[in-house]
Amino acid sequence: MLKFRGGVHPKQYKLTASKPIEKAKLPEKVVIPLRQHIGAPCDPLIKVGDEVKVGQKIGDSSAKVSAPVHASVSGTVEKISSELSPSGEFVTCVTIRSDGRDEWVELPPLDEDSPKQILLERIREAGIVGMGGAGFPTHIKLNPPKPVHTLIVNGVECEPYITSDHRLMLEYSQEIAEGIKIVAKILGVQNVIVAIEDNKPDAVKKMEEATKGFAEIVVLKTRYPRGDERHLIKSVLGVEVPAGGLPFDVGVVVQNVATLKAIHDAVRGKPLVERVVTVTGDVAEPKNLMTRVGTLFSDLLQQCGGPTKGPAKLIAGGPMMGVALSADAPVAKTTGCVLVMGEVKEEEESPCIRCGRCVEVCPMGLMPTILAKLVRAEKYEDALAGNILSCDECGCCAYICPSRIPLVHIMRTGKIKSSALMKR
Amino acid sequence: MNLTVSPPPHIKARTTSELIMLSVIICLLPATGWGVYAFGWRALAIILVSITSAILSEWLGCYLIKKKPGPSAVVTGLLLALCLPPSVPLWIPAVGSAFAILVGKIAFGGTGNNIFNPALVGRAFLMLSWPALLAPPTWPVPLESTSSATPLNLWKHQHVSTPLKDLFWGFRPGCIGEISAFAILLGGIALLILRVIDWRIPASYLGTVAFLMWLLGEPVLFHLLAGGLLLGAFFMATDYVTTPVTKNGRLIFGAGAGCLLVVIRRFGSLPEGVTYSILIMNAFSPLIERFTRPRVYGTKRK
Repeated sequence: MLKFRGGVHPKQYKLTASKPIEKAKLPEKVVIPLRQHIGAPCDPLIKVGDEVKVGQKIGDSSAKVSAPVHASVSGTVEKISSELSPSGEFVTCVTIRSDGRDEWVELPPLDEDSPKQILLERIREAGIVGMGGAGFPTHIKLNPPKPVHTLIVNGVECEPYITSDHRLMLEYSQEIAEGIKIVAKILGVQNVIVAIEDNKPDAVKKMEEATKGFAEIVVLKTRYPRGDERHLIKSVLGVEVPAGGLPFDVGVVVQNVATLKAIHDAVRGKPLVERVVTVTGDVAEPKNLMTRVGTLFSDLLQQCGGPTKGPAKLIAGGPMMGVALSADAPVAKTTGCVLVMGEVKEEEESPCIRCGRCVEVCPMGLMPTILAKLVRAEKYEDALAGNILSCDECGCCAYICPSRIPLVHIMRTGKIKSSALMKR
Repeated sequence: MNLTVSPPPHIKARTTSELIMLSVIICLLPATGWGVYAFGWRALAIILVSITSAILSEWLGCYLIKKKPGPSAVVTGLLLALCLPPSVPLWIPAVGSAFAILVGKIAFGGTGNNIFNPALVGRAFLMLSWPALLAPPTWPVPLESTSSATPLNLWKHQHVSTPLKDLFWGFRPGCIGEISAFAILLGGIALLILRVIDWRIPASYLGTVAFLMWLLGEPVLFHLLAGGLLLGAFFMATDYVTTPVTKNGRLIFGAGAGCLLVVIRRFGSLPEGVTYSILIMNAFSPLIERFTRPRVYGTKRK
């Protein structure tokens, strides 16, 4: 137990682990994507020229899988346009020019003992999505179609560089604990496990104190991609989520610590309009910043003293799974980190020497080298037979590949092409 | 700002294919050095001719198939030289390496696509074409001007055993790089520590040979140290391209090669069986790989 297969251990570079969360400067303008989650995009509820307040809902959708978005500054709607979002796709975004007054509209606070439906409705209304990166709407995740018995709190934060969850556990352990209680109540589970990696002993201590009496703390060895739901469940409970299934199929729901804090805030009346973002890498002063959603990367870089060299690459998220973006990209609900890379080493791809390292590190038990060859030969049927759709794109294979073959990129293409084949 | 947009991951492990080739070459240096010291300038000339021929063939071959030449040709050339007798004329390594690269590798589509270990393809070709040169009745004795039969030949035909310490330290006739078990182990263990090679192949290869030889009542340590078994187990049976990528596959590969070696040494007409045991198992690699696929997360083994 406490093990998953494969994985890698890149250098940690947790430069900001000991830096308390600072409030980021109120941005002059924010660009808020109307889709920051898995599911249908929101329709704008405002028009250009409207005055909005912080916490005011500016987008919502009637689709089942979706989550509303809120204004994160008070001011005037300047533009509604298609922009590159942190997910790497073009999404309709609302640009708001701040009036500097930071006027809020909050929802009425709820009693923590309110019925499940009321709490779920509040979580939806507050726009809560999985803040660990996936962005799945939380009100759906907390209403599984099957009964569950265990809630796993994800404080793993296995990507190098990122410390936003780490700092949150240190500074907001009470709020996270309250969030855990609310979620445990909604799910009706008694068994709560808080999972943290052993590179954060201070967070382990804090969370132990905060959750005494209602949760068990499990300390896991630091190894990427432990924080992935599937591998976390395997590590903690020793069971595997069936291929194509979801955690509730094995009676489990996993919630990230930042999401739990946001749930606590939502019940108190505050919608999801800000989050902790680790700004790190080649910047003069790496920081953990409590940042309004929609703040541009360039604003954050400026507040951290600017890049020390380059920059050659800006990444939303960690170095293993993050998306390379431009400086005009905004922070979304799922953006835990902005990583600045001062230089990019250009390495040419060389032929696969079949060393087997990718097979050894793949936590899903796939054979990336074989699948990549099949995809490049356009043999999608064989790739399907090789379970290509099980690939989580964790990046271990491409990280370890000595021939520098862009395996994640190839797998991604292969997944798209082979699932198209399946639908036909 | 001029920013690069590229797919994740944005960091990579330090080890590159070139670094792997380089560490294999460095780990072959003890065995190479002892061979040159033991057999003199002739051995050095054979090694240099072999590597030069391999590099030239790689250039020519890659030009023909329009691919970029790689550093693995150096390893192929060096390995082939190390499993040649020090008495061969210099055209032997030249022809052997050219065959190894052009037929053993380029003909299959270049680096990564070949089925058989190129160095061993070269050696097998030389053995079949010029058996008298590759398996002479007597071989030079290290550091002496005399010659004698190899330990495996003495054992096979006259049942005369060679002292184990001579086999271990390298005072016995044999191919340039195979005579000192100590020098080979030095490099082999370094490769294991550097995690360049997987312990599974040498362990199952050597383990199977030891077990079967023990069953047959043969001297176990003698068989492990004599001939080219150690060089083959650490440096040839571990060739990535021609062996299974799966862990269990590697165990099976080694065990299969071990069985074949025992059959050839004990029941065949050849005194040695390293070359053919590995080449035959190379042919089975894709099949072994297919039957040893890891179980995919969230699925049951089929």
